[in-house]
Amino acid sequence: MDIKKTGVAGTMESSDIIVRIEPKETEGIELELESAVMQQYGKQIERVIRETLGELGVTRAYVNAVDKGALDCTVAARTSAAAYRAAESSDYVWKEVRI
Amino acid sequence: MLFVPGNNPGMIRDAHIYGSDSIMFDLEDSVAITEKDAARFLVYNALTKLHYGKKELVVRINDLSSGLGIADLEAIVRAQPDVIRLPKTDSAKDVIECEREIERIEREAGIPVGKTGMMAAIESANGVLNAKEIAFASKRLIGIALGAEDYVTDLKTTRSPEGIELMFARGMIVNAAKAAGIMALDTVYSDVNNEEGFVAEATMIRKMGFDGKSVINPRQIAPLHAVFTPSEKDLTKARAIMDAIAEANARGSGVASLKGKMIDKPVVARAQYLLEMAERAKTITVEEI
Amino acid sequence: MFDFDSIPHIKEVSACHGAYKEENIAEKNLTSFDERQQTSKKVLPSLEEAIKRVGLKDGMTISFHHHFRNGDYVINMVMDVIAKMGFKHLTLAASSLTDCHWPLIDHIKNGVIDHIETSGLRGKLGDAVSHGLMDFPVIFRSHGGRAAAIETGELHIDVAFLGAPSCDPYGNANGYNRDSEEGSCCGSLGYAKLDALYADKCIIITDHLVSFPNTPFGIPESQVDYVVKVDNIGDPNGIMSGATRYTKNPKELLIAQYATNAIVASGYFKDNFSMQMGSGGASLAVARYLREKMVEQDIKCRFALGGITGQIVQMHEEGLVKKILDVQSFDLIAANSVKNNRFHQQIDASYYASYVNKGAAVNQLDFVILSALEVDTDFNVNVMTGSDGVIRGAVGGHPDTAAGASMTIVVCPLLRGRIPTICSKVNTICTPGKTVDVVVTDQGIAVNPARPELYERFVAAGLPVTTIEKLRDRAERIAGTPEPIQYTDKIVGVLMYRDNSVIDVIRQVKD
Repeated sequence: MDIKKTGVAGTMESSDIIVRIEPKETEGIELELESAVMQQYGKQIERVIRETLGELGVTRAYVNAVDKGALDCTVAARTSAAAYRAAESSDYVWKEVRI
Repeated sequence: MLFVPGNNPGMIRDAHIYGSDSIMFDLEDSVAITEKDAARFLVYNALTKLHYGKKELVVRINDLSSGLGIADLEAIVRAQPDVIRLPKTDSAKDVIECEREIERIEREAGIPVGKTGMMAAIESANGVLNAKEIAFASKRLIGIALGAEDYVTDLKTTRSPEGIELMFARGMIVNAAKAAGIMALDTVYSDVNNEEGFVAEATMIRKMGFDGKSVINPRQIAPLHAVFTPSEKDLTKARAIMDAIAEANARGSGVASLKGKMIDKPVVARAQYLLEMAERAKTITVEEI
Repeated sequence: MFDFDSIPHIKEVSACHGAYKEENIAEKNLTSFDERQQTSKKVLPSLEEAIKRVGLKDGMTISFHHHFRNGDYVINMVMDVIAKMGFKHLTLAASSLTDCHWPLIDHIKNGVIDHIETSGLRGKLGDAVSHGLMDFPVIFRSHGGRAAAIETGELHIDVAFLGAPSCDPYGNANGYNRDSEEGSCCGSLGYAKLDALYADKCIIITDHLVSFPNTPFGIPESQVDYVVKVDNIGDPNGIMSGATRYTKNPKELLIAQYATNAIVASGYFKDNFSMQMGSGGASLAVARYLREKMVEQDIKCRFALGGITGQIVQMHEEGLVKKILDVQSFDLIAANSVKNNRFHQQIDASYYASYVNKGAAVNQLDFVILSALEVDTDFNVNVMTGSDGVIRGAVGGHPDTAAGASMTIVVCPLLRGRIPTICSKVNTICTPGKTVDVVVTDQGIAVNPARPELYERFVAAGLPVTTIEKLRDRAERIAGTPEPIQYTDKIVGVLMYRDNSVIDVIRQVKD
């Protein structure tokens, strides 16, 4: 998935995270994270963002995220929404199935 | 049934703690048009990753004519909630079209066909007149519901505390649902600070035959359950009736009587229903929270 | 006539100062009462003058109370004068400190204050201490522990600087103003009363100098050395809000409903029961729900203790709560009730919670509702350090009431944002789990295994009872397991249990 423009998703509400994804020319994801729970969950949030982008095939992007205590599923949802917006794509892939 | 705005992570996270029987994640009216995609991701991820115990999970999608409904279904059917709620149902055709899409996605995703339940919300004068056809339109339907805000707008009136403007729609919907053997669900009561008015309305719709009511604030759940929980007096009577029946059966007699009066079949059915309701309302266990 | 020495056994009579001599009688003051009080020698023109007169010296211990909460001007005002006068190495022993006391940071840096004793720290000051501001760790004591330390003389106060909303020229001081509705009002002077009683020197700082006698008084003139009138002792809006409002937060209401049902099912809810409630959202809602149950079952409360809110006052005025014992008034309704209600009694910190006196009110509690920042699976409670390990709380009466009450109920959400409240190990132990009986969260109630009878009663009442481990597991399943906070080895705070033994320490946080 190619990042074509700036895509933002999420809010500044408690339990949410705002994720901003911007185009980057070189390979790699450059991530900047600010979180109210940095000490306890900073690494975990970063892992979820990177994994989500990996699943979407995003390999080049600047990512800026401001977290207000979002759960992993919210981090993933906001990252996906921002990525699709930034890629100007609506070819959503819904793979997981609830067991 | 607790309404939860589909783009609010905090409310989605906590939706299960308030003791409602079902949770309805909303992708429709509570979500701004620019955030439909984001809400869809959020609800999809919540359904697939969070634990809601034994709660019945419902997702209200956007109607198919909005151009968003199919995209909603593509995501939500795969996340497998118990029920998909179709808004603005005007005719049986709306239900059938939606069912066709659900079935297609179930096949594509390898989900057993027919697993996804449906509920149709009736929100227009036309829809109310078609309530019977709607109620009978699909085997997937577990119930039909009244959506009063759009309906009163269609009638060119407004909602009153007494709900006189909803008399016909409520009567029609509850009757259609019962004829089809499915549930009838009443609309929301939007003045969350008026508990007295809410209880009066809940008492009325229970009496009318509705099986439940949608709530927009968790504070409305306890009073609603109080209205729908059978009284101890009624339960004692119901237990006595069931005991008399059991005794008659033991005697091999088809005729049971209580205090010299013969017990009719409908009386037994009512007693049974009452006891089932009481059982369901009994105890909140931690697993259910 | 008599010969003093010929009186049998007179040498053995104590408190006998020889024979009467007329020249020992002082000159009578012939001015009128009004003239006299205008010229009372206790009233001094400035704080500087009062500090000189009491003989403050480097290294001494000074004390303050926290009845003005975040509206307090007194501590900063007094410390500025003391700093200007050049004093160094003082010990500041306040009943508590809050956000508005951040200017103390400079006085600590400049060596005016070496050491702090308090119940709590918040805001910039708490942050600075957590980041290693002081060499001498801050000593945190519970309200009862502080009272005990003062009573036994282990915490010796050289000079108490006590703000009072009204005072007369002889030092009768009060937490409200009977002569006018103007100015600030804090209700009970519970924490100040003990300092006045035990300090070597006591200075009352007031913005309302009223005519003698300022009765009924919180602090009597017999304990007061000097009175200083200033323009303002505090910001009335910061000292207290008009009325503590009921929460509309559905989660807090749910917790309150569970807690109320637990109280009703506990066996302690019967006529003439006693209770203490906090001022947090869930705690206040418990008061409301419990009130409904009291009316419904015709049950009256014998007394309500502790920090008092308007909700308790309302129940008192309705006849549901017979007596109020008030160490600290939480809102204006409570403060006015101290002034107007005969059986709303202000009590001092020792009477409230000391473990060494001849009887403390906490020991007469049926149940107490307390809050928590964290509770661990041993039921230990942290009310001091936040999720980042930084000091932002107060011990208060938490361990005192938990130890005294027959049933201690801690109310808290399972998660705050993403941070689990129920965890494997609290960052800081303030109240030991042995004294905590019930933990009520929005996602279930845990009962201390030491109280199987409560567990049985809650199950029988259909309450959502579970174990504390299951609550922790549920929290971690939702939020993920948090990584531990990083600390350095430096100890910046020492937590005293109510018997003034060290129960835990707080370390400097790593940046």
